[in-house]
Amino acid sequence: MENALLYIAGGLMMGLGALGAAVGIGILGGRFLEGAARQPELIPMLRTQFFIVMGLVDAVPMIAVGLAMYVMFAVVGG
Amino acid sequence: MAAAPETSAEYIKHHLTNLTFGQHPDGHWGFAHSMQEAAEMGFWAINVDSMLFSVGLGVLFLWGFRKAARTATAGVPGGWQNFVEWVVEFIDESVRGSFSGKNPLVGPLALTIFIWIFLMNLMDLIPVDWLPAVAGVAGVGHLKVVSSTDPNITFGLSLSVFVLVLYYSFKMKGVGGFFGELAFQPFPKFLAPVNLVLEGVTLIAKPVSLSLRLFGNMYAGEMIFILIALMYGGGLALGAFGGLLQLGWAIFHILIITLQAFIFMTLTIVYLDMACQEHH
Repeated sequence: MENALLYIAGGLMMGLGALGAAVGIGILGGRFLEGAARQPELIPMLRTQFFIVMGLVDAVPMIAVGLAMYVMFAVVGG
Repeated sequence: MAAAPETSAEYIKHHLTNLTFGQHPDGHWGFAHSMQEAAEMGFWAINVDSMLFSVGLGVLFLWGFRKAARTATAGVPGGWQNFVEWVVEFIDESVRGSFSGKNPLVGPLALTIFIWIFLMNLMDLIPVDWLPAVAGVAGVGHLKVVSSTDPNITFGLSLSVFVLVLYYSFKMKGVGGFFGELAFQPFPKFLAPVNLVLEGVTLIAKPVSLSLRLFGNMYAGEMIFILIALMYGGGLALGAFGGLLQLGWAIFHILIITLQAFIFMTLTIVYLDMACQEHH
């Protein structure tokens, strides 16, 4: 029973993290394309900023994935 | 390996344990043999492997870049000189883009942070069992190769940046100016305590988020590498699939390690820029 709850917790962590990252990077990528279409000469600058913000958006879900993996394989397995 | 791990959970925990040197509760000094023993050593224990790899990579970085600077020629440059020039130009451009004032410290600081964190993260791409196996033959039970998966190291980096931020805040704005920035924004002056709490949290959140972001990304990446390495014990088909997965994740991870090093550097520059601005 406890193990089942831990698996559900890991699944929730990964799923909700993926949800947030998907929304965030979707908006970010859409705006990047809009900006690039409007002013193609700014693409190099926009791409740098895009990657910085993507790293910021991506960081927390990625941490959640790591912790979920830890819970599912190390905590439950032990 | 010294103590052959048996279950997958033991294997994972073995890989996530630092080689810790400190004082045992009974008084003698020595290495810890498990996570629990390391926790009992308290504050003055030191993670020998993190220190070894971080300082070693720092020395490697200084030696390599110094060599390029000493042997630099105006004629046809070698490959290493080309690379170093490209890196220095790239960092210089980033600093000029984000840092508005004039400060001789920020450029070298940004270069050091970027290359050092990149090198520490790069150790993640070495297959997870190689170096611990070598250490195991030499009689060392635990070895964590990636220094940036140790929160002590990332917090050390971010707290050093935080000290610099405080130093430049006091130097450029004065005590009154810095306090004013904390207390008289974003609401009017009569709400100073509220402002102080809000701005104080913002200030403290800088080093915490800076270090936890790097640590969390590297920890998660390392975790996934360890899980992939577990597949090699599952027969030929699963092992081959694991090899494919490891290659794929390693290629994706090249992006992550560079990006995280770059983000750490960029945010350092931005924080220092905010600390050095005199108006408000």
